[in-house]
Amino acid sequence: MNFELTEERQMMQDSLRRFLRDRYTTEERNRIVASEAGYSPQIWADLADLGIIGALFTEEQGGFGGDGFDIACVFEELGRAGVVEPLLETGILAGGLLADLGHDQLLEAVVAGQTQLAFAHSEPTSRYDLSHVETTANTSGETITLSGRKAVVQNAEAADHFVISAREGGTIRDENGISLFLLSKDSPGLTLMGYPLMGGGRAAEIVMDQVKIPATARLSPPGEAYPIIERRHAMAIVAASAEALGAMETAVALTIAYLGQRTQFGRPIGTFQVLQHRVADLLIELEQVRSITILAAGHLNDQREIRERYVSAAKNLVGRVGRLVAEECIQMHGGIAMTEEYALAHFAKRIVLADHRLGDTDHHLERFIALTAS
Amino acid sequence: MDLTFSDEERAFRIEVQTFLKEKLPARLAAKTRAGQSLTKAEHEEWHAILNARGWLAGNWPKAHGGIDWNAVERHIFEEECALAYAPRIVPFGLMMLGPVLQKFGSEAQKAHWLPRILTGEDWWCQGYSEPGAGSDLASLKTRALRDGDHYIVNGQKTWTTLGQHANMIFCLVRTDPDAKKQEGISFLLIDMHSPGVEVRPIVLLDGSAEVNEVWFTDVRVPAENLVGKENEGWTYAKYLLTHERTNIAGTGFSNAGLEAVKRIAAQEQSGGQPLIRNPHFAARLAKVEIDLMAMATTNLRIISAAKGGHTPGVEASMLKVKGSVIRQEINDLARRAAGPYALPFANETLEGANEPRPGPDYAGPLAAQYFNNRKLSIYGGSNEIQRQIIAKSALEI
Repeated sequence: MNFELTEERQMMQDSLRRFLRDRYTTEERNRIVASEAGYSPQIWADLADLGIIGALFTEEQGGFGGDGFDIACVFEELGRAGVVEPLLETGILAGGLLADLGHDQLLEAVVAGQTQLAFAHSEPTSRYDLSHVETTANTSGETITLSGRKAVVQNAEAADHFVISAREGGTIRDENGISLFLLSKDSPGLTLMGYPLMGGGRAAEIVMDQVKIPATARLSPPGEAYPIIERRHAMAIVAASAEALGAMETAVALTIAYLGQRTQFGRPIGTFQVLQHRVADLLIELEQVRSITILAAGHLNDQREIRERYVSAAKNLVGRVGRLVAEECIQMHGGIAMTEEYALAHFAKRIVLADHRLGDTDHHLERFIALTAS
Repeated sequence: MDLTFSDEERAFRIEVQTFLKEKLPARLAAKTRAGQSLTKAEHEEWHAILNARGWLAGNWPKAHGGIDWNAVERHIFEEECALAYAPRIVPFGLMMLGPVLQKFGSEAQKAHWLPRILTGEDWWCQGYSEPGAGSDLASLKTRALRDGDHYIVNGQKTWTTLGQHANMIFCLVRTDPDAKKQEGISFLLIDMHSPGVEVRPIVLLDGSAEVNEVWFTDVRVPAENLVGKENEGWTYAKYLLTHERTNIAGTGFSNAGLEAVKRIAAQEQSGGQPLIRNPHFAARLAKVEIDLMAMATTNLRIISAAKGGHTPGVEASMLKVKGSVIRQEINDLARRAAGPYALPFANETLEGANEPRPGPDYAGPLAAQYFNNRKLSIYGGSNEIQRQIIAKSALEI
């Protein structure tokens, strides 16, 4: 048993932490969040140069990592600094799916930071149901026609290509019948409606009205993409859990520092026992989150039932603790934490809103129960 | 023991409902229901409608243009207004300053300021908190120095709600820096247009700009604007805080919020059925509904006693804690119910531009409301301070 990071991962984590501490300051982050693009192309290029995108892929895929712990290690640091750049979208989800399906032609550009991707999967009424796909794909000769709407597709505007799911068989919520395609953003018949997100970054609604793509744009065997999507989703949950962990560590650190500085009734408020005990509870829960994230990361390569049970356990616990940490950190600060200008606001929003992606606390509780019973 | 309202009270409730049906502009109700903030003109429009009916100052004595509703009548009015999505009455002049002037103000002050609150000629804001004086309000430092017929005011107030609309501010200022901290404070009325007053907006985490910093640099305030006696402002401030606590439980808001959650959860689909049928979501909803049911009755018990002449003490603190926690839980359920469509940032400029929203209309402001209402357990005496009051009273320390 050894819970230490390998030397390589420790080095990567250290250099990423240093880079973000120097470059991703509160002022810089606020500027990026308020910018029209919603991310910084310069930071993106620098992260690629540091090898951070490559760390999300295996050697065979053109990277030098790709393991659950590589992902967790990177995303914890991204979370700690409140990074809004789309590593989850381009790296883990869309890029990861291309890698899983052996479509390597774009990956080199992804790892080099030269192209961005988005995974267009969720739909207006799919909520957190991964098999809910209404978008259709009809093949006629060498042409595939896509019709439907994808919802809250993060990084859609910055992406050059989408990895998109569509149904070729089965009914709306069937696991069978879902396929994946590569779709260029400038395809005729495709409409994008972009908007900013409350926790930073941008997303879009994508409407496809009879969008024609060539048969070569098919990424998965017809109707068999679901298990591949589910596994990538599991990796995304490990990434999101680690990111939330990092963000929670910052939120709690800001709170502890504030309790030491803020004076009321003639003494630092951190000397009040009621606040001390609440900080202690948060520190205990942070260790719980770290452990559940390690568990999920360590079981990513296990068989489906085992893997998914750990993944749902992680997302449930992260959601529960996330709400507690965000609310308690705001409350212990008081009004100052409600201001946009103060760093905690950004972290609190990202921590809470992380529960609105990749399945929320209740969704994963239900899933954990189902996976345990089966 | 009789759990029902009297015939008169039921008749009054119907009267309020009828009035709201006839006079509350649908435009304002829609905005309130959608969680959008109102413009200054819209607030004033609603105040004018209430004032025309004589219902703007339900809590004021008749001698000053009010109606002197008892606690039960006030509760019925507030509850019906919340359920009809009427805009909230801006409380600073009506609920806070009005009662202080009526009790401690000079005849000249009453005659001058009170009617102007009713007509809307003055928009008041509250100058209490300072950067260094939050929970520990009595440590405030804004200094007022007597200079002939004037006070010279220097300092900074913060969290001034809707201060951007105000032309007047009532302030707690330090007039005797050498006295024990509660004993050197005075209550001063300051014209926001005086030279040396500067208002700076504070943007909150949900993007809203409802609170401000107010800076005073050598502001000259006529001495006649001192309320009551110099250095006795703390007494008036405490009196004001008891008035700030009417409707502290916010049961009307909670009831309206709970209805909204049910409506949203009936429309949202989860796993092929309406979210409201999902056992985990339904359990969350049921728990908060049970809590609200009990709390609303605690509130009625306290209101009923208040009608009989009992002044609420620790009960108000209990209602503040439980009421804010329940409202926050309802806000949590609402954003949870919206699912992924809680993620888009629906800022006000977007609404103004009339751009289509990405998801269902109801989803837009839910995350923002959730974050914004974290203030409920912070302002007006944080829940930590309220618990301290309750504990001190019980432990007699």
